[in-house]
Amino acid sequence: MKKTIRIGSGAGYSGDRIEPAMDLIQKGDLDYIVFECLAERTIALAQLQKMQNKELGYDPLLGDRMKACLPLCISKKVKLISNMGAANPIAAAKKTAKIASELGLKSIKIAAVFGDDVQSLLDFETQTLLESGESLSVLDDKIISANAYLGVEGILSALTDGADIILTGRVADPALFLAPIIHEFSWSLGNYPLLGKGTALGHLMECAGQVCGGYFADGAKKQVPDLANLGFPIAEINKEGSFFITKLKDSGGMVTPATCKEQLLYEVHDPSEYLTPNVIADFSSISFKEIEKDKVEVSGASGKPLTGKLKVSVGYHDGYMADTQISYGGSYALERAKLAIEIIKERIQSIDFDVEDILFDLIGVDSLFKEKIANMPPTEVRLRVAAKTKDRKEAVQLVNEVETLYTNGPAAGGGVSKTVTEIVAIQSVLIDKNRVTPIVEYFES
Amino acid sequence: MKLKDLAHSRTGDKGDIINISVIAFDEKNYQTLQKLVTATSVKKFLGEMVLGEVIRYELPNLGAMNFVIHKALRGGVTRSLRLDKHGKTLSSYLLEMPLEIKN
Repeated sequence: MKKTIRIGSGAGYSGDRIEPAMDLIQKGDLDYIVFECLAERTIALAQLQKMQNKELGYDPLLGDRMKACLPLCISKKVKLISNMGAANPIAAAKKTAKIASELGLKSIKIAAVFGDDVQSLLDFETQTLLESGESLSVLDDKIISANAYLGVEGILSALTDGADIILTGRVADPALFLAPIIHEFSWSLGNYPLLGKGTALGHLMECAGQVCGGYFADGAKKQVPDLANLGFPIAEINKEGSFFITKLKDSGGMVTPATCKEQLLYEVHDPSEYLTPNVIADFSSISFKEIEKDKVEVSGASGKPLTGKLKVSVGYHDGYMADTQISYGGSYALERAKLAIEIIKERIQSIDFDVEDILFDLIGVDSLFKEKIANMPPTEVRLRVAAKTKDRKEAVQLVNEVETLYTNGPAAGGGVSKTVTEIVAIQSVLIDKNRVTPIVEYFES
Repeated sequence: MKLKDLAHSRTGDKGDIINISVIAFDEKNYQTLQKLVTATSVKKFLGEMVLGEVIRYELPNLGAMNFVIHKALRGGVTRSLRLDKHGKTLSSYLLEMPLEIKN
């Protein structure tokens, strides 16, 4: 058994930079690299893609990431774990095997971990939506996908069977990191305090650059060096669950107690009850200590037994969104933008649009905050009208209405932009964990 | 004095619920923050931007508090009409909160 293992975080979201991961694999002395690429809604969009072409439905950047990282992973003996499988881990694994073969990398074992698709297990009679409290039946014929957040189990089987690359569908983000730690140190799945520590590590790492000073600089008090070359984090952990977070010396950014605190609380509700499929992690007694420059020790995480339920993300068609903008500048810019709003409101009423919801933003004035912080008249204003409609036709009609402000509205409105997008929304339900079985399949280059 | 003088902050989102952390630059100011930045004062300062309740969690170990705010995003990131669908900019707004510190 190794005394410590080192895990790098290679991506914090689907479109993240690729070079920091290559640097980590090359110079980080890593055992594992994890790419977290699957946001809440991404899997529903991937499912739509898979329905059109059954060879697709995995992360669109999978090919680019694998071509860049696979040769390095093999030469440095770094195992790769990612949820880039999205709605189609099997197709992702086959594609990766093909890329490995093309790169001349032989006998690479690639695991596809799935079983998260629980659409056939949904029960419209009894299940309620966590967000709205309504019955799941309100979404009935609009549902695109339903994916349970799996725990570490499938990834553990793949590691035990010697997989080099593991591509999953929906699993809890921290599980991507927790699984290799459990595997290396033979932790028991019933040792909740240890699982809580590994989950804290996973949670701090899953957004990659965000713990290294990304999304931290405030332009004044909080300065971060060399964000253009922001390094991604490395965690080193021992079998007792003690760990620290660091980064490569020659990379940009910084790892400090402050960057760790911001990331620890990111997307957390009750810090003493962070729910995951394997443990209820307790972050409430964590403390951070800077032991060297850019090296922060994390202690005090713990965990409790869990609920036996898994969260399921349900993706569904939710109509269309119209988004359209026009700019006004110079004297009375704000007055003209407000006049434009009145015109559009009156037009919507007189034409009898079927608009479910509508929002008028004055970008530069009130689009982010509805109440003013400082009392300053703006010198430029951009009006934004965003509306939700059942049908595309109405959404198109609405963005065209704003465009007609060119020749029908206030003076000197410029730069109209118009987009209409189909909305794929997400809500959640719970499912009994024992009804969901992870499945692992293997492919070789 | 404003909250930004004593603390830093980040927003996270899950569905229509956001959390905004408030982290003291210097842990010795934690008690002052704890006294002045409450669930009630945060709810009042955010005003009509958030519709639901505000719950505060305290992390004295970190000199930090975590505010969990319901009905904050007009339906959540996947279906919100907001320009900032994640509510990420709301942490910058909260940091402008005035603090009345008695010397």
